[in-house]
Order: sequence, then structure tokens, then C-alpha cells
Amino acid sequence: MIVRIMGEGQVELDDVHLTELNRLDDELLAEMESGDGDGFRRTLNALLDAVRRLGTPLPDEALEPSELILPSPDATLEEVRELLSDDGLIPS
Amino acid sequence: MSGVMKRMGMIFRAKANKALDRAEDPRETLDYSYQKQLELLQKVRRGVADVATSRKRLELQLNQLQQQSSKLEDQGRKALALGREDLAREALSRRAALQQQVTDLETQHTTLQGEEEKLTLAAQRLQAKVDAFRTKKETIKATYTAAQAQTRIGEAFSGISEEMGDVGLAIQRAEDKTAQLQARAGAIDELLASGALDDPSGMQKDDLQAELDRLSGGTDVELELQRMKAELAGGSPQQAIEGGTGQGQTQQQPQDTPRFDKQ
Repeated sequence: MIVRIMGEGQVELDDVHLTELNRLDDELLAEMESGDGDGFRRTLNALLDAVRRLGTPLPDEALEPSELILPSPDATLEEVRELLSDDGLIPS
Repeated sequence: MSGVMKRMGMIFRAKANKALDRAEDPRETLDYSYQKQLELLQKVRRGVADVATSRKRLELQLNQLQQQSSKLEDQGRKALALGREDLAREALSRRAALQQQVTDLETQHTTLQGEEEKLTLAAQRLQAKVDAFRTKKETIKATYTAAQAQTRIGEAFSGISEEMGDVGLAIQRAEDKTAQLQARAGAIDELLASGALDDPSGMQKDDLQAELDRLSGGTDVELELQRMKAELAGGSPQQAIEGGTGQGQTQQQPQDTPRFDKQ
């Protein structure tokens, strides 16, 4: 499975790690929805660290579609909330 | 997975699908649909023509039968005039058989005529619908072309791909980095000014040296002043200088003045 960290690049992950990542990902979503900024920052860093630790970076010239996409490490809770709003990434 | 990762991925995929939808040109679909309608109309028209042909053939057969019927009637009348009743009977019985055929053909003719009228009406209605569709199709195509142009302009400004999102973030990061460097440069200037950092250029002085310079500069002025005063009073400049040395010489000045008065 290929995961993109926005602004960093793509990482190839073995599916066996999904359970661990899922837990952090769901936690991140809950914190984003509840507006817990500190928790969001902490969990996002933990999730990104886990993806970097467990995955293998794809070379820059590789052209593979990402199955999962993560916000950049410096993305704020508001920015991510905006990205996930109905309009999506680019207002239609 | 239903968290942020999945949802962001789905948004990007939806965007990609939208981009793919654009590859399938709806104008071509409209033209194809119009072509199909024209073919259908053609079929109906052909049906109308076939029914009309059959009707005409029936009409010809009816004419022939009626001519034969008239001929047999004449033959029967002539046979009777000649006193040949048997021949007259034969002629009349053949005519009766023909009459039966004529009646059947007339029924068929009426049926075909009705069918032909219905088909003609259907063809006319279909023709009107196809014409309306053609107008609508052209309007839709024009609107689509305009919308497509608008979308292209919009896309040029906003970007659509995930990579474009990254570029946006990269620009943001570059701006942040610049601001950070500017802030750092400001902080270094302050530290140099306060003496907390050494200035390799030697342009900056620390506060201790600055105070020493100030003090030594001040001493020179005081010494010069006392020397001049002593000269005016006619005393030894060395004496005055010795009396003016040490700390707090500005406070000692009033003590010196009464001593001069006693002389």
C-alpha cells in the first residue's frame, strides 16, 4: 500500500501495519472533529513517525497513485478540516 | 479505515475521477444519440413507404379483378343473347368467385390504409422530436464548450492534482523559512549589540569597553580643566593634578575652591 505524506513524498507500507496506523488515524479524526488541537498535533506526529518508520520511501521519479494520503507535518487542525470539507481540496 | 488518511485519499480519487470524466466528451454522446434517432426515423419512413407500396399493389389487383369481373359479366350477357344459358351460368359463377376476392382485397386495402395513416403520423411526430433534439443538442454542446473553457481557466488558477497541493505547501514552507531566517537575523543583531555575541568584524563594542572608554575620556577632560585652573591661579599644575585624581573627582571640586580662596 502506498501512502503519501503531503509535502514529503510517498512511502510504501506493508498491509500488516494497517491495524496500528488505523488506531492512530481514527484517533486523529476524533481529535479533529472534537477540535482538540494539542491532541491532533501529537497524534499527527505519531502517525507520520509511524508511517516513516514502518514504510520504505518511494523514489521521487516513481509514478504511483497513493491509496492513502496524510496531511503535511505542519498542517493545522483547521487546514485539515478545510481539506476534508465538502468542497474537497479545490473548491468546485 | 475511515480516518483522515482514507478520507483525504477519497477526495483526491474523486478529483481524479472528475478529471477522467472530462476525457469522455458528452458532445460525442449527444451526436451519437442524434444519429440513432435519425436512423429510427428512417426506419419509420421506410415502413410507411412499404405499407404504401402494398396498398398500391392491392389497388392494382383490385382494378384487374374488377376488369375481369366486368368482362365475365359481358360474356354472360352475350351468351344469354346467343341462347347459351349454360355458358352464361359459367361466366356468372366465375364472376361471383372474383367478387369474393375483390371484397377480401378491399378489406385488406382499408386495413393497410389505416396503418399507413398511423405510420405517417408517427413519422411526422418523430421528425418533430428529432428536430427538437437537434436544437437542444446544439445548445447543450455550446454550453458544454463554454463550461469547458471556464473549467480550464479555473483549473489553471487552482490546480487539481495532489502534486499541486504539495507545491502549494512547498511555497508556504519556503515563505515560512524566509520569515524564520529574517527573524533569526534580527535576533543576531540584537545579541551582537548587547555584547552577548562576539563580532568578528570588530565594529561592535561590548558594554564594558564602552563604559571604560567613556570614563577615560571623562578623566582627560577633568585633568585638562584642573590644569588650566592651576595655571590661572599661578600654582603648580602638578599639585592641582594630584589633588584632582581618584574617584569622585567631580564631588571633590567644591573642596578645592575654598583652598584657593585662602591663598
